[in-house]
Amino acid sequence: MSDQPLIKVEGLRKLYPIDAGVFRKATSFNHAVDGLNFEIGQGESLGLVGESGCGKSTTGKMLVSLYEPSDGKIQLKVNDDYIDVNNIDRADRKDYRRNVQMIFQDPYESMNPRMTIFDIVGEPLSVQGIGTIAQREERVTEFLEMVGLTPASSFLFRYPHELSGGQRQRVAIARALVIEPNFVVADEPTSMLDVSIRTGVMKLMQDLAERLDVTYLYITHDLAVARYMCDRIAVMYLGKIVEIGPTEELLSNPRHPYTKALLSAVPIPDPRITRDPVLIEGGISKAIDPPAQCRFYGRCPIRDEYCKTHDHPPLERKGSGMDVACYKVAVDGE
Amino acid sequence: MSNDNVIEVKNLTMEYSTRKGNVSAVDNVSFSIKRGQALGLVGESGCGKTSIAKSLLKLLPDNAMIQQGQIVLNGKDMVPLSETEMRTHRWSEISMVFQAAMNAFNPVYTVGDQIIEAIETHLPKVTEAEGRAKIETLFRMVGLAPEMMDRYPHEYSGGMRQRAVIAMALSCDPDIIIADEPTTALDVIVQDSILKEITALQENLNMSMVYISHDVAVIAEVSDRVGVMYAGRMVELADTEEIFIRPIHPYTYALMQSFPSVTGPKKELISLPGEPPDLLHPPKGCRFHPRCPNRIEQCDQEQPEWKDYGNNHFCACWNPMEVN
Amino acid sequence: MTSNTSNSGAQTSSVWKARWALFRKSAAANWALFAENPVGLIGLGIIMFFFLLVIMHPILLNTVWDPNIYNPINGFDPQSPVNPSPPSLRHLLGTAPQGQDILSQLMFSARNEFILAVLAAVVTVTIATTLGAVAAYYGGIVDNIIMRVVDLVIMVPALSILIVISGLFELSIVQLAIVIGIISAFSASTVVIKSQALSIKVKPYIEAARVAGGGDFHIIFRHLLPNLMPIALLYMMFAVTGAIFSEAVLAFLGLLEVDMSWGIMLNTTRTLGYMLDFNTKWYLIFPAGLSITLLSSAFYLVGRALDEIVNPRLRQR
Repeated sequence: MSDQPLIKVEGLRKLYPIDAGVFRKATSFNHAVDGLNFEIGQGESLGLVGESGCGKSTTGKMLVSLYEPSDGKIQLKVNDDYIDVNNIDRADRKDYRRNVQMIFQDPYESMNPRMTIFDIVGEPLSVQGIGTIAQREERVTEFLEMVGLTPASSFLFRYPHELSGGQRQRVAIARALVIEPNFVVADEPTSMLDVSIRTGVMKLMQDLAERLDVTYLYITHDLAVARYMCDRIAVMYLGKIVEIGPTEELLSNPRHPYTKALLSAVPIPDPRITRDPVLIEGGISKAIDPPAQCRFYGRCPIRDEYCKTHDHPPLERKGSGMDVACYKVAVDGE
Repeated sequence: MSNDNVIEVKNLTMEYSTRKGNVSAVDNVSFSIKRGQALGLVGESGCGKTSIAKSLLKLLPDNAMIQQGQIVLNGKDMVPLSETEMRTHRWSEISMVFQAAMNAFNPVYTVGDQIIEAIETHLPKVTEAEGRAKIETLFRMVGLAPEMMDRYPHEYSGGMRQRAVIAMALSCDPDIIIADEPTTALDVIVQDSILKEITALQENLNMSMVYISHDVAVIAEVSDRVGVMYAGRMVELADTEEIFIRPIHPYTYALMQSFPSVTGPKKELISLPGEPPDLLHPPKGCRFHPRCPNRIEQCDQEQPEWKDYGNNHFCACWNPMEVN
Repeated sequence: MTSNTSNSGAQTSSVWKARWALFRKSAAANWALFAENPVGLIGLGIIMFFFLLVIMHPILLNTVWDPNIYNPINGFDPQSPVNPSPPSLRHLLGTAPQGQDILSQLMFSARNEFILAVLAAVVTVTIATTLGAVAAYYGGIVDNIIMRVVDLVIMVPALSILIVISGLFELSIVQLAIVIGIISAFSASTVVIKSQALSIKVKPYIEAARVAGGGDFHIIFRHLLPNLMPIALLYMMFAVTGAIFSEAVLAFLGLLEVDMSWGIMLNTTRTLGYMLDFNTKWYLIFPAGLSITLLSSAFYLVGRALDEIVNPRLRQR
């Protein structure tokens, strides 16, 4: 393992045209993802956290090539070389597909109801022409047991609707890991599961990451879940990362006013603790042709004239490993 | 009325009949709610919490049957009432806030018109002008601009729609509101403001409430008393602080220990083996016994008794967590 | 992958065996659902009855029926010189104006009806499913072209197109089936199948297949089409109904060069002026007319019953 990151993202953008007619070129754009820069190290797990519409899912889908970025560069390290994901030749495409997978949110809709568990988990193998059908059966069996669906033979030829939500999500994990990818985007994999099932799935994902040396981009709206799943957390607001840093530091000492608001809004499962009041106003909207100022300006409790007249602040180092995009946050010790 | 209980549920048992047989969705559940009190019902999907809500309102699908039990609202048993009789109690005495706020309003009428219609149906003496005045007060109460009443549902954001649904639930001054996962589809910041709104309203209007959620943290914040449901049965019932400090039932304990928190020390999360049972064939004895770490011999034979542990704390378990 | 290939042959067959067992299980389950529905069973019963007639006809002609007398096209019974004649012991449904046995005609025609109906339905569904899936999957210009053609065909009544075509060309039963199949493919069935395909296209499992490395071909054939099959089957049943009716109308109007069919039987009755003589010559009208109605509604009933299997929310609990 070297010190080079597994994934490097530079200036990643996704703009959706609005009001584009058949004969009309779009004049306004929704800036769903707007200039993201981040890196994820081998074996590290980065949490992408934010409210719905902040662009976290779009980012995840760009990393697995489901969406094409409008701009920017995604690089994945394969055999010590970087592949430019959006500018890829045939040979590299094969390597890329074997190294990148995704786990989806909805355990009910992410599986073809007419396919058996064997066909679902074996799909990446069969599509990519890996192994004979007998070898695939062996491999699928191995992974089903790995995700705790034992005995695997009793699950192989069943349909998804015969399984519970928790079991399905385990199947989804087996499908994502069966080709042993380096990098997995997990898009809210536990948000639709019941609490007593969720912990088991979370632990399973951590165990397998260690065992198979998988790097996760973990997308979630739930900071409490991110705390358990991620080494670092990036908080997104309207297409921008506003704060990124090591998990415990970010949660115990948030610096950006949006991170603070998000944290104080999370209910605490202990009636003896009262939360800090949430200090922001208004609701989240869409970043349609946003003005050249901080995206959070309209709701920010600490904004001033400087923020109003200057472009969206860049991410800058403000403390131990913490990068914050805010003009008003001072660097530690200053 | 001899006591100050707004609603008393006694031995409620409800089943759904399906192609495959009868599903015992609610089994012998009893609780009562005082005026101004908020009861939180917490449990996982399929535990019967939504079925209780539907039974209380008697908004049951055709294949559902209340097998036994009483639902005494303001001293009157609702179970034997016909749909027509029930309508006179719904909204004016008992009303509801459901999760799917997007579907609560008809898209072709303004939100105000729809609330006025609800008021006029249940309080026929109210004039249009009085109705509008009432909505104006209600909208201010739930934090919506009164002008919004002449707008259509699609012009509302998710959070605003949920506020409008709350305003509608309040429109006929009910004694009790049933809120079934009202904030589940919302983002945390919006959820936070709605929860604050609900608690404030409930306190100001001295209204009773049943708050249903799968989210232990939300329940901890909004309710005075908590009932924990598992597989159609209530396994534990106590005041909120009491149950969080001193959970007696192993399921309650596991539920709380499996819930991650953003604050405080990072504790080890508990995960329960197995899955909730299929209610077509619920396990014999205690329904939690196949997953229970405290299981003893008795558990798979006899249904545990509903025992009083003092301090208004009830639990049904043969081998409870250590009570100190 | 560290599998020893020596026993892979045995294992391969185990996968296929498991799939075959699954197929049988789901077929049995679907049959159980179908069997619960009297509507579907009645329809199926009627279809079986007509199918039995088709099978019986050549057997009868080779055994008890003298081909010279009972040939459906040019048979003639010297013992009943006055034609048409009403039902009798020798001719259970009577004889046609030119002396053929009506029962034999009826049974012989049933075969043509089946060939026509099933072929037309297969053509319809194959084309409609392909068009619908392709239009939904690719969208954009492909979708636009397909849907505008469909609009055009929907705008002109199908029957008038058929009348023109059969007026211009002499169509055999197979050619007619293909023409009817094509025309009814460019219709509501394509629109419905496309809308179904659109709702499948946005499912997360399509994205999952793409992340797994699946290309367009894989997604269309492995995910889109299998999920369109149930609704396609449904439309197939309804297409059968349409095909039987269209044939009857064309034959009745004398626009078909078919040796014998129910429509032709009615056409003969009409051209020879017996159509308005229902009180005495009912046996010339009734058997063929009833058969057309029965068989086409039988397929419709089966379609309705399938609908309840395909759309579980229509099922009563």
